[in-house]
Amino acid sequence: MTHSTRDRNLLLPALTWLALAVTLGVILLFCFACQRPAASATSLFPDSAEAPAWSKAPEIRTFPADKLSDYIDGDAEKYLKAGVRSTSTADYKFGDRVQATADVYTFSSSDGAKVILESEPAMNAQTPALGDAARLFAQSLTFRKGPYLVRIVAYQDSPEVAPALLSLGQAIAKKLPR
Amino acid sequence: MKNGKGKTRRDFLKDCAIGALAMGASRYALADNKVNPPTPASPKSKVVIARDPSLYANSSSPDSARVEKLLDQAMQNFFQSPDPISPWKKIVRPGEVVGLKVNTIAGPGLSTHPVLIAIICERLQQAGVKAGNIVVWDRTEGELDRANFRLSSDPDRVRYMGTDAKQVGYDETVFTAGGIKTRLSSLLTRTCDCMINVPILKNHEMAGVTLALKNMYGVNDNPSKFHADNCCPGVADLNLLQPIRGKFRFVVGDAMTACFAGGPMYKPQYAWKYNGVMVASDPVAIDYTAWQIIEKKRAERGLNTLAQAGTPANYIAVAADAQHRLGTNDPARIELVEV
Repeated sequence: MTHSTRDRNLLLPALTWLALAVTLGVILLFCFACQRPAASATSLFPDSAEAPAWSKAPEIRTFPADKLSDYIDGDAEKYLKAGVRSTSTADYKFGDRVQATADVYTFSSSDGAKVILESEPAMNAQTPALGDAARLFAQSLTFRKGPYLVRIVAYQDSPEVAPALLSLGQAIAKKLPR
Repeated sequence: MKNGKGKTRRDFLKDCAIGALAMGASRYALADNKVNPPTPASPKSKVVIARDPSLYANSSSPDSARVEKLLDQAMQNFFQSPDPISPWKKIVRPGEVVGLKVNTIAGPGLSTHPVLIAIICERLQQAGVKAGNIVVWDRTEGELDRANFRLSSDPDRVRYMGTDAKQVGYDETVFTAGGIKTRLSSLLTRTCDCMINVPILKNHEMAGVTLALKNMYGVNDNPSKFHADNCCPGVADLNLLQPIRGKFRFVVGDAMTACFAGGPMYKPQYAWKYNGVMVASDPVAIDYTAWQIIEKKRAERGLNTLAQAGTPANYIAVAADAQHRLGTNDPARIELVEV
């Protein structure tokens, strides 16, 4: 056997493996690109520039599914049944007077967000056009968009609160990936 | 190993044994043993509710002077006392470290109000308890902070602490409640000699109702393990643990703002101003009363009963059964007084 024949015999299997590896890599890359991007917690919450008159506290707390009961106690069970993957929460202030908390629950599918929203008594809520479905009360707004359920709760009551919650909700909705 | 009070693990176990013996004689013992849940001599558990429709006036926060008046009215009626300080002398003794277990998981909208706690602390001090011997506590400092309690571990002042604070944590003793292993906050087991339960009146979408007994889910390290089957018998089993049962003295229920659905978290559309303070020495009787209040409000708002909604408050009956004997859920044995 000459040197060139031996080199060719060694090279061919190596090239085959390389081609297989490249193909596999391309397939994996394609699958990854097709998957819904997992939004980072910070990207879910708008700042003052994106939600005028609202200011966000710096801390964002995130609870994976198995730690959700640390945040919402027994409420967690129904969220887990509905397929919640994680929950992020941030505090906001509207002007000097109104404090609020915004929660973003991420489910494995839009069905989970729908199940939770529809499990709650509607109690004469307004239904603004926001996300896939929304309920607006004097001091709270809940809406869903795809696999996300967003709940914003204000701790003070005044006529300005509901419109302000809606504007914050609209700003959050824009940040949620489809 | 000694804790901050100089108690050793052996002391703690000894306390448990003494407490267990004492429990054989009475289910709960106030400081002077004058008031207990129903006994043949005192056949009814008393629950007093004081209410003030002007409690909030036009504010988001209750008026502190009115809260003080409500608390005094409730306590004086419960103990039939001519002054507002004597009742506290019947609950605690000078020299004891008194824990006030609050409920702060729902943030500033639906947690035990700091103004109520401030007034209780003032009354306790007037009754002879040193400020440094009062510990206001819950499971985490973050929740206390979010509910507007100012954290402090200064031993000369009223302390506001979470079980997650440095050098606190859960006691290493493992208890078994209804077959579930659990550990309890060392603030209860070691720091405090007795506990006044200061919960808030809420619906709970698993337990149905949360007031006194369910508030003890903030005492152990794995509350989620006790949520199965509408928290029944989890709530009753947990409350049966000796450190909880033995150190419990009294319930002051914050019913100023309550919720009839969507609990335990704050969803303002389901909250209402009940404008009340509820007191009792029987945690089952006060929980039974809380249940009736929530059912009445749900009916007014056109909602199903808790049982129809799939969240029956079954744990209340179990807490009263022969295996638990934590109090009474029999309305014929509850003396409800509204002032």
